Amino acid sequence: MEANLKEIVLNNSNEIVKMWLEEIERNRKHDYTSTISDELFESTNREFVNVIFSSLEKEGLTNDIEGFAERLINLGWPLSYLTDGMQAFRRVTINYILSQSNKVDTTYFSTVLSKVDEWVDPIINQLVNEYSGSWENIVSLQKVALQELSAPLIPVMENITVMPLIGTIDTERAKLIMENLLDGVIKHHAEVVLIDITGVPVVDTMVAHHIIQAAEAVRLVGSTCILVGIRPEIAQTIVNLGIDLSKFPTKSSLKKGFESALELTNRKIVGIENTNKDIEELVDSLDRE
Amino acid sequence: MDFQSCVNIKKEWDIVGARQLGRDIAKKVGFGNVDQARIATAISELARNIYLYAGSGKVCFDAIDELNEKGLRIVAIDEGPGIQDVSQVMEDGFSTSGGLGAGLPGVKRLMDEFDVISRQGEGTEIKVVKWLR
Ligand SMILES: Nc1ncnc2c1ncn2[C@@H]1O[C@H](COP(=O)(O)OP(=O)(O)O)[C@@H](O)[C@H]1O
Ligand SMILES: [Mg+2]
Repeated sequence: MEANLKEIVLNNSNEIVKMWLEEIERNRKHDYTSTISDELFESTNREFVNVIFSSLEKEGLTNDIEGFAERLINLGWPLSYLTDGMQAFRRVTINYILSQSNKVDTTYFSTVLSKVDEWVDPIINQLVNEYSGSWENIVSLQKVALQELSAPLIPVMENITVMPLIGTIDTERAKLIMENLLDGVIKHHAEVVLIDITGVPVVDTMVAHHIIQAAEAVRLVGSTCILVGIRPEIAQTIVNLGIDLSKFPTKSSLKKGFESALELTNRKIVGIENTNKDIEELVDSLDRE
Repeated sequence: MDFQSCVNIKKEWDIVGARQLGRDIAKKVGFGNVDQARIATAISELARNIYLYAGSGKVCFDAIDELNEKGLRIVAIDEGPGIQDVSQVMEDGFSTSGGLGAGLPGVKRLMDEFDVISRQGEGTEIKVVKWLR
């Protein structure tokens, strides 16, 4: 009888597909698919139902699902389109099979239910796996990308290096900052490192603690650390917290910090013609920024 | 008093979530840039203490909007080990974790009102208020 159930479904695929498409259309309103053209929605539905039937026919021995899921992932369709579609297929198929027999007892009913589950569940599992695999992949790639961005060190000129920090600092990132800072100071022979915190939204005691430790470590390897980009509101909260930053130099802007760095390394910016006028213009153009 | 807006603290990144919600509410209440930064920093300290010392808990926000007073009330609640000696942790520099020990005394200075209720083995509740001036 079980093979029989499958035959009912395969032999009447046109009917079932029609019911399924109607159900999908009915459920479409007000959701993500509203931005997708009708043609694309319909052709995708057709493709989807073909994949379901071919998987049914070949008892899962097909790569169709994989390929189909991959394409939808690339197009950015949500997983719920597929899971909703599979739930609709389950409902429609059960209804259809039951409507085809004139005598339905509980045994028959439960056989139909479990048989349809047997077809539908593996497909759902495979679709979910394809999607979650792709998410995990994206998350791990983004993690790597974030890590690369999290504590960059830029050697701007001989002996002067800048570390611009943007975004929230958590413990993991704080460790990276320390490591990159020390590695970089040694690698670039930096006499002065400027840590720019313009882009750090909140400086609490934990962030301050890590910055103090990093600056102290930089001092121990023989260089100077200047903390720059302290916004006025951050300066006030640091004072309120009672954090003592007096052990190392701080400057409000990267520009001012860079000027001190030049001074510390016995250099200054000089115009090419070396006339006073040029220097004045240069300073003016810096001021305008 | 009902706490409509709470953020559960379980992972380190929940601290950022609490901070963001608190800052949003502070902005709506009408706090300026500097006070927003003070409030976000205080939330960060309280939430991190929950994460570090209690493991989990929550931070709740309550906009105070009465005729003659407006402000923001923040309550940090956990069921952690509690604080042994409250006067000791309010001293600048006291830390059991090798931290700066500036968190709680700092929060007291960042905010206008500060209350700690803590029972050993039962947990800690810290209630702070910032008034809009
Ligand atoms: N929610 C809490 N539960 C238990 N102990 C706490 C809690 N918050 C703070 N403490 C204790 O108070 C001490 C001081 O806290 P704090 O001022 O924030 O400084 P820090 O976190 O740098 O140690 C902590 O080291 C810890 O022992
Ligand atoms: Mg703390």
